[in-house]
Amino acid sequence: MIHLTIDNKPIEVAEGRTLLEACREHGIHIPTLCYHPALEPYGGCRLCVVEVSMGGRKPRLVASCVYPCEEGAVVQTQSETVVRSRRITAELILAGSYHTPEILALGEELGVKEVRFKLDEENACVLCGLCVRACNEIVGVSAISVIQRGIAKKVATPFEVKSSRCIGCGTCVLICPTVAFRFESVAGFQYVSPKESAYHLGYYRLGGELDLRPNFVQDIAGLLSHEPRAAGEPGKQVGDSYDR
Amino acid sequence: MTQLQSIAEFQSWQQALAAAWDETRPCLRVCDGTGCRALGSQKVLAALRDEIRQAQLDTPIEVVGTGCPGFCECGPLITIYPQRISYQKVRLQDVPEIVAQTLSKGKILDRLLYTDPLSGEHIKLEPELPFYQRQKRLVLDFNGRIDPTKIEDYIALGGYTALAKVLGSMTPEQVIAEVKAAGLRGRGGAGFPTGAKWQLCRDNVLKVGQGYIVCNADEGDPGAFMDRSVVEGNPHSVIEGMLIGAYAMGVHQGFVYIRAEYPLAIENLKIAIRQAEAAGLLGKDILGSGFDFTLGVRLGAGAFVCGEETALMASIEGRIGEPRPRPPYPAEAGLWGKPTNINNVKSWATIPIIINKGADWYASIGTEKSKGTLIFSVVGKINNTGLVEVPMGISLRQLIFDIGGGIPKGKAFKAAQIGGPSGGCLPAEHLDVPMDYESLTALGAIVGSGGLVVADEDTCMVDFARYFMNFTQEESCGKCVPCRIGTKAMLSTLERICAGKGQPGDVEYLLELAQAVKNSSLCGLGQTAPNPVLTTIRYFRDEYDAHIFDKKCPAKVCKGLITYSINAEKCNGCMVCLRNCTSGAISGAKREVHVIDNNLCTRCGVCLNVCKFEAVEVN
Repeated sequence: MIHLTIDNKPIEVAEGRTLLEACREHGIHIPTLCYHPALEPYGGCRLCVVEVSMGGRKPRLVASCVYPCEEGAVVQTQSETVVRSRRITAELILAGSYHTPEILALGEELGVKEVRFKLDEENACVLCGLCVRACNEIVGVSAISVIQRGIAKKVATPFEVKSSRCIGCGTCVLICPTVAFRFESVAGFQYVSPKESAYHLGYYRLGGELDLRPNFVQDIAGLLSHEPRAAGEPGKQVGDSYDR
Repeated sequence: MTQLQSIAEFQSWQQALAAAWDETRPCLRVCDGTGCRALGSQKVLAALRDEIRQAQLDTPIEVVGTGCPGFCECGPLITIYPQRISYQKVRLQDVPEIVAQTLSKGKILDRLLYTDPLSGEHIKLEPELPFYQRQKRLVLDFNGRIDPTKIEDYIALGGYTALAKVLGSMTPEQVIAEVKAAGLRGRGGAGFPTGAKWQLCRDNVLKVGQGYIVCNADEGDPGAFMDRSVVEGNPHSVIEGMLIGAYAMGVHQGFVYIRAEYPLAIENLKIAIRQAEAAGLLGKDILGSGFDFTLGVRLGAGAFVCGEETALMASIEGRIGEPRPRPPYPAEAGLWGKPTNINNVKSWATIPIIINKGADWYASIGTEKSKGTLIFSVVGKINNTGLVEVPMGISLRQLIFDIGGGIPKGKAFKAAQIGGPSGGCLPAEHLDVPMDYESLTALGAIVGSGGLVVADEDTCMVDFARYFMNFTQEESCGKCVPCRIGTKAMLSTLERICAGKGQPGDVEYLLELAQAVKNSSLCGLGQTAPNPVLTTIRYFRDEYDAHIFDKKCPAKVCKGLITYSINAEKCNGCMVCLRNCTSGAISGAKREVHVIDNNLCTRCGVCLNVCKFEAVEVN
């Protein structure tokens, strides 16, 4: 067991846990956007930052979703620095997604009063990378990825053409926190629209052949809402059980 | 070439090559680095060979293409041995005269010599050039002397003797102890003690039984080219350093990650690797010691962020060049999850020197906490643009004025950006700061990889900060929010200020953003990206205020804040500016005073440059 102090309270956690997992286990709320218990942590949204100091050294901000619990660490999850950092990060996310209800709610929760800078082009996608990681880690297909870099970064299929790798399972749509995912820009078959698509009907399409399997979406939905995985246990690979 | 089977065999070969190496023999050494090539050195080199062949001189004169000696301002550079006469800015048409006069008759051509800007005197010999005199050249020592495509040249000057020493008489622990005792700190920028890093990696390699080492040659700072010059001019020094490191850490596979934009460095490195393999210095059972090491080259695809170690490893593995959070550090879980040690080109190239000359000798150079030498690429508003290698602790003033030759056209020094886009700028009041890790960090700059950009009085510091911010914003990988959007927000604010649309509170907003981006970004790129903004605000706040409140650019650079006009007393109506104006903004007739229409003027500055009577004024 690892012993550390979180918000002045001594806490004991199993070895291999991240700070975020330790906080959630002990009922300490930490906002996140790119974290999902079924997936490998990413450290991209920086909303989960906390202040950590070790051995009396100057505290520094770390992303709790990826930072391991260390023996003797002193953690502050609500210090002024943490609150300020989360607020400005939320303001920056709002700069690109200023009409997205989920992000507006997040801004409100974190105390954003005013969005002082706005990107010219609004996009509900906040590049949390959940869809990309889910497609890779859960479905095992990797039909989508992030492409380009910096402010031009986006989620897309290779060469931005409809993917024949996509099996139409809809995991990406289910996991998207801001309803930004455009299913029709990914799926390689024309007749599936988000409304009538297989994932709504509980079917998915395998490879090039029509192979509808009931309850796949229910399987995925169940997976996505499952309990935090135990430390060291890899994300479940649903796709591995099917013949691709 | 036959494969060397033992250390004794290597030693006898080395001694033979060293005995045959003779710098008193007539020889022409022509810089064949990228800088001089861009100025036409390859044609000069070929013409010299032709001309010498045709001249049928009494004594044969060899022409050797070397790596970059560093004095890039004056290229193409030729050094004539044995006297070491230094000819500069040599053009193709100078070649016949060099052969007919200097080589045949021993007559020195004054016009090709370096002229001291202060005294106006010609300086004849390379060792007498002030640019070289105050340097301490360890890593760059062989650049300009050896042909980088010949392993024999490197070995003749003592190359691979450090490897032979290590394999023959030192245990891995002794090697690490030596590197620790030398006090070498990572030359890639962060300054982490190299010996301690090796120790961490070795400990983990022993546990896991496998590991990798990597040479980071993904140099991407604007204006920095020292890694390129070392790989181009002395690739074997990097290979030897890596071999010694691999032995010390118990690793058998290494990679050089080098950016694809360095074709010559890649070519020379690949030649060097092939030669080392052919000589039995790379591969299986090196020099009969039982130690195996193979070295591969991996090319970067043009992303600055891949110089960050976790992004670099992702790129080598074939994944997207995005950094990942640390821990785990590469020494714990690096390439393919195995312990990995990553060092910069200059760190690796320093290792053979430490082994050969001893840790005590190396540690005697520099300051208490920063040992050895640093290579800076000195660029911008400075007379002697180029690469310099100086002992740690030298003052910025000595670097800029004694070695760099001061600021062109007698202008005043304003600031130096140290450490590339991740570093900070230092104003004139800090010219006497010693160049070492601690002193620079205390002032908001960093040693970084050694880029040094000099700004003179005509440089607007807001525009300067905007330039670097533009660079980091474009190079941000976009994985984390503060770097992706924060740098964009900072850039937009700076652009607004430069355009004359700054508002009260902008500086405070910039400071707030800078803190957020610095503290909460995922990797070093984002964490250091605000430094140019923070330091320009710290030292040149008045310039920001002038832009925002007075709507004036004190350096007269920002186009949104300046106007051009013609001084009626100085203008004689020659019509030169009118003809050159690209936007038709100048009106007037011959011998009549011209007038600039500020509504049409695009502030391109052409009129200012073409006017011979200094009649065009910037307001």
